[in-house]
Amino acid sequence: MTTLSTLTPSGQALSGPRKPHVQKRDWTGWKFIAPFMVVFTLVLIAPVLYSIYLSFFKEQLVGGNSFVGFANYGQALTDPQFWESMGRVTLFFVVQVPIMLGIALFAALAIDSARLHLSSFFRIAIFLPYAVPAVVATLMWGFMYGTKFGLVGNLNDFFHLAIPDPLGSSWVLASIGNIVTWEFIGYNMILFYAALRVIPTDLYEAASLDGAGAFRIIRSIKMPALRPAIVIGGIFSVIGSFQLFNEPSILQSLAPNTISTYFSPNMYAYNLSFAGQQYNYSATIAIIVGLFTAVIAYIVQNSGSRKEV
Amino acid sequence: MKAPHSTRKALRRTAVVVATGLALSMSLAACSGSGTGSTASSTASAADITAALNEKSTITVWAWAPAVEKIAAAFEKEHPNVTVKVVNAGTGNDQYIKLQNAIKAGSGAPDIAQIEYYALPQFALSKSLADLSAYGFDSYASEYTDSTWGSVKLGDGIYALPQDSGPMAMFYNKAVFDKYGLTVPTTWDEYVATAKKLHEANPNAYITNDTGDAGFTTSMIWQAGGQPYTTTDSTKVSINLQDAGSKKFADTWNTLLSNDLLAATPSWSDEWYKGLGDGTIATLNIGAWMPGNLESGVKEAAGDWRVAPLPTYTAGDKASAENGGGGDAILEQSKNKLVAAGFLQYMNEGAGTQISIDAGGFPSTVADLNSDAFLNATSDYFGGQKINQVLVQSAKDVVPGWSYLPFQVYSNSIFKDTVGQAYAAKSDLNAGLTAWQKATADYGNQQGFTVTSK
Repeated sequence: MTTLSTLTPSGQALSGPRKPHVQKRDWTGWKFIAPFMVVFTLVLIAPVLYSIYLSFFKEQLVGGNSFVGFANYGQALTDPQFWESMGRVTLFFVVQVPIMLGIALFAALAIDSARLHLSSFFRIAIFLPYAVPAVVATLMWGFMYGTKFGLVGNLNDFFHLAIPDPLGSSWVLASIGNIVTWEFIGYNMILFYAALRVIPTDLYEAASLDGAGAFRIIRSIKMPALRPAIVIGGIFSVIGSFQLFNEPSILQSLAPNTISTYFSPNMYAYNLSFAGQQYNYSATIAIIVGLFTAVIAYIVQNSGSRKEV
Repeated sequence: MKAPHSTRKALRRTAVVVATGLALSMSLAACSGSGTGSTASSTASAADITAALNEKSTITVWAWAPAVEKIAAAFEKEHPNVTVKVVNAGTGNDQYIKLQNAIKAGSGAPDIAQIEYYALPQFALSKSLADLSAYGFDSYASEYTDSTWGSVKLGDGIYALPQDSGPMAMFYNKAVFDKYGLTVPTTWDEYVATAKKLHEANPNAYITNDTGDAGFTTSMIWQAGGQPYTTTDSTKVSINLQDAGSKKFADTWNTLLSNDLLAATPSWSDEWYKGLGDGTIATLNIGAWMPGNLESGVKEAAGDWRVAPLPTYTAGDKASAENGGGGDAILEQSKNKLVAAGFLQYMNEGAGTQISIDAGGFPSTVADLNSDAFLNATSDYFGGQKINQVLVQSAKDVVPGWSYLPFQVYSNSIFKDTVGQAYAAKSDLNAGLTAWQKATADYGNQQGFTVTSK
């Protein structure tokens, strides 16, 4: 909104009262964005529309294809497996995201504080896991989680501990949360750190002249400046949580009985279409999850920017 | 002043976008709707096949069995006009996904595909595979073992030629048995007793590993005489995973599971290979294709392993089952079925079978199984034991009458959600089997089958 309102006056000034070419359409703008629009239509809009189209049909191994209206949506909304998976990723989002963003925030503030020796080393070291592909990271953690020959097994043997199986059914979600946190702290830290770097240093000088300590500066200058970055990090995390797929999908081969085919909504959709050939129902699930994610992301964005005013 | 104009523009813009999107999706849908365009499937004679092989042609084969490349090379030497492109499109389920997608898309499927026995009904009943009776292949019935021929003969049609087979046997680590003074069990009761004795002697050692595997469970039910799946008229399915055979297996396995006598190590994992090597997994009840995997994957236990017949439920009984193995099928989509038939016959009925055996495959052809060279082959890895004698006997003892579901691939994919949960909780496997049956029946009904769940 703010950007629009600043533009309007100058726009009016340019159009002016004299030139009367009212109806002639100018396609220049369209020509400039045409390459983008073509790609955007092909890779984003068309698949989404196609999925919506698919979700109104039902194709069976016996009986062929038929139009079913909203029947797939009705089925999804009463599907206990779907809601179980949604519940699981919601829990994941509620617990894992605050922990991850909290640690990332702490790391960004610590590195920005200028009291840390080797701050650039820490910056790279914390960021490095983000450069490790999720598949590799999961495999690596999967081996460490092993209770027989993995790190957990070694610790148990060496210290005569009884660490519970990280891939057992009661711990597996936390174990996945740990992997995801490890992967994405660095990314969020960089996001926050970049936001901190653009704060003009004279604000700090002014604050310290006024007698503000480090924590007062964090509370009154840094945190308000960080709010947009935190909102962005939050939105990415919402999307990441609801689209949880790589980590459980790979750990499944190590813990087949604790990670079901409907562990996360994405895994459910994947298995429905690729193991069960239920493309229509799978598309329905995908659309519902997409809408759900958009709503949550909107709420996060809204609550973040409302405080700003 | 400008507002109404721009909204109209925006509206028109959205309309254009929506229209293009719709048009696109329509055309995509048109692609997927066409399905399998079946070509003329009148009977062809051997002469027709020979004639086709003399013309210039190319066929594509999707297979992961390592022998297929070598067989294709040998075939091309004999038929220089034919080019056989062998593509490894993934193993098992990975390949079925791609195959299913190509079938749905109406193009892109190979001429020949390797399909395991358990997955064959799914592709055959959806009319994606050519009936090989059209090429006179039904006359090969007596050349294959009953169990493998039974797996490719679905209804009145022949939908694949068997390649390898996996009659089950008990592979055991003799060094471990000797160390703890165990005798080789011949019944499942003895097996459970041996499991207890071993685990008491060494708490780290287990009689076997099992974290729940659909293929293993169905094979074990097969051996116990269960016939949980029956399909009539290709769409009427009945499922009973609580029939006498299924219960027999589940009850025996419950004893092992509830007493913590099964290693919770997933098969084919690193830990599994380590366990097979260091003696903490003492036996494997598995298909006859296992020797090659032991030799290459568990080198440190060379000389320790032996093969014995699968234990039975009644002393003195002879009963076995197939575990894994598969054949090769011609896709209905293929535009070159005569050439494909020629290659298929060469690969699985002709000279190809020996190449497959040399590459470590366990044959399904009676002549190869009963040849002196095969029966008397000794293996250093197995301490000089003539293991094929045990394995071939197992092929003869396979319990007849088994069939898989026409949607077994999906059913197996949700095994971990149901029976797997019983494994994880070490609770009653019968309850897990019942849950599996229910989920499978639900899927079948949704897919338009008429499923009776007993």
